[in-house]
Amino acid sequence: MNHTLTQYMQRTRDFYAAQGFERAYVWTQNDTTPFTRPAKPLKDCRLGIVTTAALHERKSTDKRATACAPIEPAPKQLWGNDLAWDKTVTHMNDLGSYFPLAALQAEVSAGRLGSLTDRFYCVPTEYSQRQTIDVDAPQVLKWLQEDRADIALLVPL
Amino acid sequence: MGLTARHLEENGIPTVIIGSALDIIEHCGAPRYLFTDLPLGNPIGHPGNMDEQRRVVGLGLGLFESVTAANKTVHAPVRWSESNDWRARYAEVKPEEMARLKAAGDARRALRQTLKVEGKLRNQDDST
Repeated sequence: MNHTLTQYMQRTRDFYAAQGFERAYVWTQNDTTPFTRPAKPLKDCRLGIVTTAALHERKSTDKRATACAPIEPAPKQLWGNDLAWDKTVTHMNDLGSYFPLAALQAEVSAGRLGSLTDRFYCVPTEYSQRQTIDVDAPQVLKWLQEDRADIALLVPL
Repeated sequence: MGLTARHLEENGIPTVIIGSALDIIEHCGAPRYLFTDLPLGNPIGHPGNMDEQRRVVGLGLGLFESVTAANKTVHAPVRWSESNDWRARYAEVKPEEMARLKAAGDARRALRQTLKVEGKLRNQDDST
C-alpha cells in the first residue's frame, strides 16, 4: 500500500486507544469477494443510491437504523455529524459532494444510465458487523428489489 | 459499506462503491471500488465542484461496464489540495491533548454504562 495515503484503520485504533478503550476495533476481512455481472447494458439499468448519511440529525448515542426516502423531491440535506469524518477540513453543505443524485440524473439525461429507483437508501455505519450483515444489508436488498434496481451505487461518507 | 456491497452482490445486484477510506474497503473486500483520495465526508468530490463530481460519478458508473472480476480498485484522478496536511487531521492525537482525550473516553464510557442500564445502548456499543 502507498503509505502516503491516509491510514484510517491505524489512526482510528490510535485515537480510541488514546481515549482509554482497551479493545481495538477489528475490521472485517474476507478471503473471497462475491461478484455479479450486470445483466444488461448500463443504458438500460435502473440504479439505486445507497448512502451512510441519515435522513435526520442524530446524536452519537442515538440508535441508528436503515431508512429510505423518495429521490423526488431531492433531499435538501442529509446528515452525518455523528459519523467519523474530517469535520476540521470539510463539510456536508454540498449534497452533491457526498450524495450524487444530481450527477446521476445528468447521466440518465445523457442516456448513459437507464434510470434511478424512485427511492434512495440509508444504511448506517455500525460497530456491530452482525447488525449490518443480518439486519441492515438485507433490508436494503429488500428495498432495492422492491424498486426493481438492476445495480447499486454505494457511497460511504 | 463493504459488507452491504457484498450482501447485495451475493444476491444478484452488482455494486460500485465510491469512497475515500481505501484501507478499510480493501481490507473488507469489495466487488468494484472507485477510490477518491479526499477527506472523509465528501467522497464524490470537492464541495461546490460539480464538474469534478460529474467526472467521479462517470468513472464510478464505468466500473459496472469495465470490471470483470471482484476486488477491483480504481484510483480516481482527484486531489484535495497541494498540501497533505489534511491527512493528519483525521482522529488526530496530539501529545498535549492526551489528558483531554482520556477524559472524553471516560465520559463516553460512563454515558454508555448509563444507557446500558436504561436499555438504550445502540448496537454500535453492544460489545462493551
